[in-house]
Parts: sequence; structure tokens; C-alpha cells
Amino acid sequence: MLMSPALNVFLCGVGGQGVMTAAELIAQAAVAHGFDCKKSEIAGISQRGGVVTSHVRFGPKVLSAVITPGSADLLLAFELAEALRAANYLKRGGIALVNVLRLPPPVVSMGLYRYPEQPLVELRAAGICVHEIDAGGIARELHDLRLVNTVMLGAAAGFLPFPAEELESLVVGRFAVRKPALVAANRRAFAAGRMAAGRMRAEG
Amino acid sequence: MAPFHSKSEALHPVLAATGARVLLSGNDAIARGAWEAGVRLAAAYPGTPSTEILETLSLLPDVYAEWSVNEKVAMEVAIGASLAGARALCSMKHVGMNVASDALMTITVAGVAGGLVIAIADDVGVSSSQNEQDSRFWGRFAHVPVLEPADPQEAMEMAKFAFELSETHATPVILRVTTRVCHVKAPVTVGARIERETAGFQRDPGRWILSPINARRQLPLQAGREQRLAAVAEASPLNFATAGSDRRLGIVTSGAAYLHVRECFPDLPVLKLGLSHPVPLGLVSRFAAGVDELLVVEETEPFVEQAIRAAGIAARGKDVLPRTGELTPDVLRPLVAPLLGESAPPLPPYPAGETFPRPPTLCAACPHSGIYYVLARLRKKVLISGDIGCYALGAGPPWYALDTVVAMGSSMGIALGLDKARGDADRSKAIIAVIGDSTFLHMGMQGLLNIVYQRGNITVIILDNRTTAMTGGQDHAGSGRGMHGEEAPRIDFPRLVAALGVRPERIRVVDPYQLPVLAKTVREETEFAEPSVVIAQRPCVLSDFYQATPPFRVVDEDCTGCSNCFNVGCPAIHLARSAQKTLATGTITELQFAVIDSIACTGCGLCARACGPKAIVATAPADGAAAGMAAAGRC
Repeated sequence: MLMSPALNVFLCGVGGQGVMTAAELIAQAAVAHGFDCKKSEIAGISQRGGVVTSHVRFGPKVLSAVITPGSADLLLAFELAEALRAANYLKRGGIALVNVLRLPPPVVSMGLYRYPEQPLVELRAAGICVHEIDAGGIARELHDLRLVNTVMLGAAAGFLPFPAEELESLVVGRFAVRKPALVAANRRAFAAGRMAAGRMRAEG
Repeated sequence: MAPFHSKSEALHPVLAATGARVLLSGNDAIARGAWEAGVRLAAAYPGTPSTEILETLSLLPDVYAEWSVNEKVAMEVAIGASLAGARALCSMKHVGMNVASDALMTITVAGVAGGLVIAIADDVGVSSSQNEQDSRFWGRFAHVPVLEPADPQEAMEMAKFAFELSETHATPVILRVTTRVCHVKAPVTVGARIERETAGFQRDPGRWILSPINARRQLPLQAGREQRLAAVAEASPLNFATAGSDRRLGIVTSGAAYLHVRECFPDLPVLKLGLSHPVPLGLVSRFAAGVDELLVVEETEPFVEQAIRAAGIAARGKDVLPRTGELTPDVLRPLVAPLLGESAPPLPPYPAGETFPRPPTLCAACPHSGIYYVLARLRKKVLISGDIGCYALGAGPPWYALDTVVAMGSSMGIALGLDKARGDADRSKAIIAVIGDSTFLHMGMQGLLNIVYQRGNITVIILDNRTTAMTGGQDHAGSGRGMHGEEAPRIDFPRLVAALGVRPERIRVVDPYQLPVLAKTVREETEFAEPSVVIAQRPCVLSDFYQATPPFRVVDEDCTGCSNCFNVGCPAIHLARSAQKTLATGTITELQFAVIDSIACTGCGLCARACGPKAIVATAPADGAAAGMAAAGRC
């Protein structure tokens, strides 16, 4: 069976983390680069602190908007347990880029469920190529926790088939219109994410 | 969590210049298509996955756009605009069409003047609804054509074409989309707007006054129109076949399913129906003659399949495929493979890791948390009839404080039925209906009027958070703002409820953050054997009416681990550590010590009021409500 020649980026996280915005920026960068692209998610009620996933597919021609289990080239996880939940979407040899943040939901706080002890160990034991990134820690070093997503996008940029600068200019461009004061900080965050990912790739 | 967007923040890609290629969602594309077609008026009530159609259209110039109080009113406003000779759009989610159907089922007898397009968004897969419906049946029911785009570019083009079709055949046209069209973003090449003069209302009592005599006379026109539309469907470029090298199986499909089919089976011949009602049976018959077997792939009901089989054309369909949910590639591949003599595709290489469920929750400082904290405490003494909105989450942990949730506004009718037909088992129970402000204005007022008229023994709690929260914070007749954020008349809930006949003594306005007062008020009102209304007023934390105050914190040495603060259900409260304690009786209890996430906490103080040992304190002196709260005792 032929597959449409598309690259599949599966994003996951928790409602409110900015997963959909990150997906939108990657999709915009793909379109700006000249690719056909489809970006899709089922939002609605899941935004209220529930699981959020977003599918971004791009290439010369994209048909279905859906990434099916077993076909993601890149899993971009904004939260640890969500990386675990979405692991089945990765294709063999796919890459997981995982933010080490833990966001336990109320059902865990109330003691109804346990948060998995070692999600990264589990993912690696399954044979998945995992790159971990402490996007929160990097954002803290830059003195602004709101920069987490820009750090993540910077880290993701190296795995995408277009120049990182194209994604960066879109990320920064958003702030140029609304909050020019944040342009420089987001540039630094994007660069820090890129560097962290570069180090991981060199090590791993 | 990001607050509701402010419309003025950024330049929306829907505003792109003619010829530009921009990333648009299916909903954005419908808005752009309608605008390019010269639409003059658009009306809707928000509902996932349809909301952004009107939201986006409101950003475009030279269109009157409104959030109507419900879908039936939206439909009627759009019909009125059509009668005025203007092009009009109304949009809604699938269940909204149920509400609007009365007006549609009658206007379809007379037809339309200016183009009238009804965009209906089906929540296939039930991600944010109370049921799943296939809205194409409205086309058959109302004898109007149905268009089904597969992606945003088609959504834009079909929205434009829908107005042409509507005016050519003087019929309303249904543009049927699904979540996987509405919320998919893809590059769309946009065009120019065609300005159209509004023709003006043409007086024609024999047509527009649908008295029995006029309706009887016009009924045959529907059948004639449907016949002409069947001919249109046979010849329409929206219905086209794609040749395939493998003629063992030919697929008839529509909407997003078309793309899933092409993704999975590039070698199979495919007949795509963009104009799916009336079904072009001649076209299907010719297509069927060129393949060994026909399979209909459609979301969700066997709508096209039944028409095909009724015409005597053999087809597979729902005997192979599910009749609920999306027909995505992972669903299609294993089910269609056997028809081709192939084995099912391999499973994904990596399993999903086992982890906890992460159901949606109310936000930190959500005023509904206060209500459900109180209702959870009354749980054994009350039946609670819920409604549609964020507050349906009150059914889940930690509150479990809802017994029914059915349809928009149905909380009150159901509460009254529970009251009037109560058996001995429920004799001692108080019956409470919980409904949001926007939902109350949508379809709740009539239910309350009926409770008053029938002398129901019901306490209605109106959760007035001054927005339509679940769908992203749209304004409504009670928010004091119009579609564009401008000042608008604001309905006064206490006066409205009084006008519906609730005695003034039984109307109580409370602050849902003020736990002890709230609990006392709800308890008192449930004890009166007559209709009563508690109006809980606090803005939604995601709206710009909300003002955050400094966060609270847990003084660790004062925390006894009683875990009562967790019962508020605030996502900013986390487990710091747990321990076991042996009571004097010998029983072992679990102690859970809390910690507050200072970034997520916006200082509502609900947890402080639920804290017995007063271990939760403000990190900084706050003004107004929060200060008063910190000083008050436990619920």
C-alpha cells in the first residue's frame, strides 16, 4: 500500500499548554516553505485541562489530515505522561522529543491514580529513540516560564525538513505584532531550545 | 491556561488579499467563501465544532454578524435576511439544527429569495457533544440539497457555490461539515468578494404567509425542485470519479472520508460526492458498472448507501464499516482489506504506555467549583438535573454532583418531570436544576416558566459567569457586549426570573466564591416547596471580566492532611505528600497534604474557605472579595 509522501509530526500535551499554537506554527512554517500541509485536532472539551493532541502532516501532497497510530515521524510531547500515552503513534524509527515536565491532574492529586514513575525509562525500554528536554528549566534560566513553548519549538526545529530560521521567524513574528518587547526573549528561548536539541543529537 | 482570545490581537489570515495562499481551518474557509459570495448577514449560536464559522466571519467587513440567543432564532434571522433579498448564512452544530428545524421545515415549502446557506457541523466521534448525528438527513427531510466538502479549500469553494445553488433553485442549501473539516487547517487560495445589491423584500402573501391553503398549494413545488436538483447532482463537477487500476472494488464516498479513502487505497476507483443529496443515482449506477463490487464509505449513517440500494444498485457499506465515529485510515484499512483478499495491516510498532486518565477539568478558580463543592455536600439529599456547558464537568470527580445531562435547556423540564412523577424513594429529596447563563437564555427560560406555571418544587441554580464559556467565551444577551465587543443591552437575570413568575423572596443572588453563604442559601432554598432560583454570579476565569488576585499557599506546618481542599476540585491544588495515621479506634486513615501551584492559582480563595485548620493563606494582601474570603471561616 502506498502512503502519501508526508512527514507526520504528532504533538501532545495538556489543555492550556499551547500545544495547538505550537502545531499551528509548525504548519505555517511548512506552508511558507512551500509544502502542502494539513493540521488537525479534536479540541472542544479537551481544552479544559484534558489531553490535547494535534496532528501536523506536510509534504508535496497531503490527503488525510489524520496521523494514524504507527506512522508519526516525530512525537513532540509537552508533558511526560502524555508522551507515554501517545507512544503508539510513533512509526518504527520515529523520534520522541519529550519535555520532562510532569503535570499531574486532579485525579492523581486526589490519589485515584498514580503518575508513572519513570516514563522516559519506559519509552526507551520499548525501543523508542527519545530526546528529553527540560524546557521549563531552560525557560527558568531565561527568567520567564512563558517561554517554554518557544524552547520546545526551538528544540523541534532541528528535526524538521526546513531551515530552523523559517520556524523561528514565524514564532518571533507573532510577538512582533502583539508584544514587541518579547521578541528578544523569544529569540533567546528558540536558540536555547535549538542548542539543547543539538547537544542531545550529538550525544545520542 | 490561555485566556479567551481577544479579537483585535492579530491579523487573521482570513483577511488575506485576493489570490493569497493562507492556512485556514475549514470553518475559516466557510466564512471566507460566504464573504466572497457577498453574504450580508450571518447568525449563529456557538457550538463545537461550528463556532469559528461566525467568529471568523465577524472579522470580515460589510457583513452583519450576530450571536443569536439560540439556533432557531439564528435560522429565523437568516430567513428574514433572505426574504429581504440578501444572501444569508446561519451556522450551528448538529444538535443546534434540531432546535432550528421548525423554521427550516416550513421555509423549505416556500423556498428562499436571497441565497440562504445553513452550515451544519457534525461532531463525528462525539468529542464535545451529547450525541452524534448525521445532518444530511435534514436534506432529505426538508427536501433541500446537501453539500459536503472534504477539506478547507473545498469548504470555501462549496460555501460560495451554495449561494449560487440556493438562488438558482430558490432553496435553502445545507453545507454539511464534520469536525475533521471544521478544525483541519490547510493552505487555501482565497478569492475576491462579489458585492451584491440587496434586492429588497418582494411582497408575496401567497408565498410567504404559510397558512394551510398556501402551504398546500406550494407543497408540490418541493418535489419539482428536488427533481431538478437531482439533475443538477448528476451533472455537477462536485460529483466526480477518480479512475483506479484495481477494479475489484469501487468506493463511493463523501466529506473527510474521501481523503481517508484516497490515503489508504490509491489504486481503487473512487466516486466522490460533493453534492450528496439528492444522490446522483445515474452517476453511481455508471460507476458501479465499471467495478466488481461497490463500497460506500460515509460518516456516519448509511445515508447515501440506503439511497443507492433503494435504487436497486448492489452496494456494501455499513455491513462492513462502523456507523458511528470517524472512518480514519486506521479504521478503514483492517476492515476493507478482507474485501480485497488482503490481510490486515500490522499493528503499530510501539504500544501506548499505561497511564492515568486525564479527563477535562474545571479551571483553577472556576466559580462552578464553589457550586459543586456545595452540591457534593448535599449529595444524599438531592437530585441534580444538569445542563450543557463546562459545568457538565460537575458530574465527574471530585464532586459527582449531577444526575442527568441531556440537551440545551433540558435541565428544568427534566427536573419538573422528576418532581411531578416522584416515587416514594425520592419523596424526601430536593430537586435542583443547574444551568449556565448562556444556556438559560438559549432554551432555559421556557423551562423555568413552566416550572412556575406548574408549581414545581424545584430550586434552579443559574451559573452566571457572563460568557458562553465552553465554546471559547462568546458574548450573549447577558454579557453586556455584542459580537464585536461593543457595549450591548445586558439582560438582568434577577428581573428576568421575576418576570417569569418566580416570587421575589425566592430569588437569591450569591457569590459562588463565598462558600458559607452559598451553602446556606442553596440549603434554605431547597427547603421551600415552591420554585426558587439561586443566581450565582462570578465571571469565567478565562474571560476578560475576571481579575486574578495574588495566589494562596499552604502553610505546611498547619496542614493536617485532611484533604478537604481537594474536594474543591481545583487543578492548582496538588498532593505534596501522603502519610498514614492510626486513629484511637485502630482504623488507619490516609492523610494527604496539599500544596498549591502558585503559577496556576489566581487567588479565588475557595480552597482557603474549605480548609478546616486554616492552613491555606493568601501570599499577599488582596483587595475586595478575596480578602473577605480569607477572613471568613469554613463552609
